[in-house]
Amino acid sequence: MVEIFGIPSQALLGQLLIGLINGSFYALLSLGLAVIFGMLNIINFTHGAQYMMGAFVAYLLLQYLGLNYWAALVVVPLLVGATGILIERLFLQRLRELDHLYGLILTFGLALIIEGLFRNYFGSSGRPYEIPAALQGGRNLGFMFLPNYRAWVIVFSLAICLATWFAIERTRLGSYLRAATENPALVRAFGINVPRMVTLTYGFGVGLAALAGVMAAPIYNVSPQMGSDLIIVVFAVVVIGGMGSILGAILTGFTLGIVEGLTKVFFPEASSTVIFVIMVIVLLVRPAGFFGRIA
Amino acid sequence: MGMAADPPVQQVRKDSERGLAVAFALTVAVLAVAPFMLYPVFLMQALCFALFACAFNLLIGYVGLLSFGHALFFGWASYLSAHAAKHWGFPPEAALLLATTCAAGLGVIAGGIAIRRQGIYFAMITLALAQMMYFVALRVPFTGGEDGIQDVRRGYLFGIFDLSNDLTMYVFVLLVVLAGFLFIYRIVNSPFGEVLKAIRENELRAVSLGYRTDRYKLVAFVLSATLAGLAGALKALVFHLASLTDVHWTMSGEVVLMTLVGGLGTLFGPVVGAFLIVALQNYLASFGQWVLVIQGSIFVVCVLAFRRGIIGKLGNALRVKL
Repeated sequence: MVEIFGIPSQALLGQLLIGLINGSFYALLSLGLAVIFGMLNIINFTHGAQYMMGAFVAYLLLQYLGLNYWAALVVVPLLVGATGILIERLFLQRLRELDHLYGLILTFGLALIIEGLFRNYFGSSGRPYEIPAALQGGRNLGFMFLPNYRAWVIVFSLAICLATWFAIERTRLGSYLRAATENPALVRAFGINVPRMVTLTYGFGVGLAALAGVMAAPIYNVSPQMGSDLIIVVFAVVVIGGMGSILGAILTGFTLGIVEGLTKVFFPEASSTVIFVIMVIVLLVRPAGFFGRIA
Repeated sequence: MGMAADPPVQQVRKDSERGLAVAFALTVAVLAVAPFMLYPVFLMQALCFALFACAFNLLIGYVGLLSFGHALFFGWASYLSAHAAKHWGFPPEAALLLATTCAAGLGVIAGGIAIRRQGIYFAMITLALAQMMYFVALRVPFTGGEDGIQDVRRGYLFGIFDLSNDLTMYVFVLLVVLAGFLFIYRIVNSPFGEVLKAIRENELRAVSLGYRTDRYKLVAFVLSATLAGLAGALKALVFHLASLTDVHWTMSGEVVLMTLVGGLGTLFGPVVGAFLIVALQNYLASFGQWVLVIQGSIFVVCVLAFRRGIIGKLGNALRVKL
């Protein structure tokens, strides 16, 4: 068997793949956080719960309506995004004049409510979600076995990330968005409905989280607490990357996923803490984060 | 940072001090009678959380820094005092001292890292640091993992007072918590405290006046961590137990909730908030997961409609700073 640094290449590449998968979720979630933060100046603590809702709604749609994975990929982000729009209209809109910290506290409270409700109705145990038929199995690449579904998750989330980047940085709508981030009053004076844009942006960010949830459902078990631990890691990712740049969020997410995967091979005891350790080092060396402006 | 309630119309300082003295005397009187009417262990639990919340409030209420990771100091101090008392045979005062000192050390490290960023990032960094130390607690044999450290003896205070008696322990806890409370009062009303409030209101201006705000923030952070550690160390002795719940992020959230309900930036708010939330938890223990939903709802209601908190509102109505 081929060995790299004394580790069988199968194990190394396997962990690298898992790292890339985790990285896809970090990237999608931190991207959503960055988009929301840019427009609303709120760190959306509910993001983890919304990711969990994505997975759960996909599970429920399959269980009770027979809606398959592919349909869920479209329907679930819309549904969960709609609940996000509701949250923005009902709660977040009232916080605009207040200190940003209130937004964090409020969304933390919402996360507790959502997680508590799901735990009440579905218990704490995980539920399996079957991989769609078209993506079952895998292929042998000669040097490793690549499950089809995992390959799909990596490719698809990368595509979504890049599409989001393109929409924000390269289209007219995106330019309105960026302008409204810089100076909402001026953009309003041009006749653009900024509050509606803010609402839709929040809905979009939440939709991204839900999409990540649907993709995660066949990999991890669907459970009410799947989001709460993940969101804290994503916060660390966001601190490392800084929220100033969309591409930065994507790149940081994938990179940290890979680093975490490699840590599992070489130093498994540290795999759950490595991202936090990197955060500490980055803060000591480069306090603004890799792609951030100081804030 | 504008997190705290606006100060009421400026009063003559004497008036305000008299109001505080009355409130303090009332609190002490109630707490002196309470163990004869209520279950002492419940009261001790509430007192520990009151000190924890007061320590947390020192940062959010007077410096405008929201730490979402205070469970780090609370939980690790509780592990240390439990371990010292159980495995090293430390008397309670030595266990508390050791744990509190270590919490101060952790505060220096965590604070030194976290104050490198402001506002929302500060909150995320503290949360992430606490989560890191949660994973460490989960892994290292020292903490006993999922079991925690159980059957911790309270021991004899100064070799004389038998703390296994709940009433004796209650008096001890009450004295420690009152001392902590008065210490915080002293900090807040010192020239140092005035600088902290200046940083809260406008950090850039404080810098331009020549204050090295980073140092002030770090000292405030360490003081807050130390007192949070003292609270955790006490709690371990009260319950004979240190466990993972005390280092988990939910604990960091709970202390935010207590302080918010009672009133950010008020002296008595965190105490009242702690008693309310602990009472609520004991009352709702049988409702299982609904506790989470109810706590979340309190957060939402407080942020939307009740930002001054109970004591903030009361102080406003009475025109006294409580």
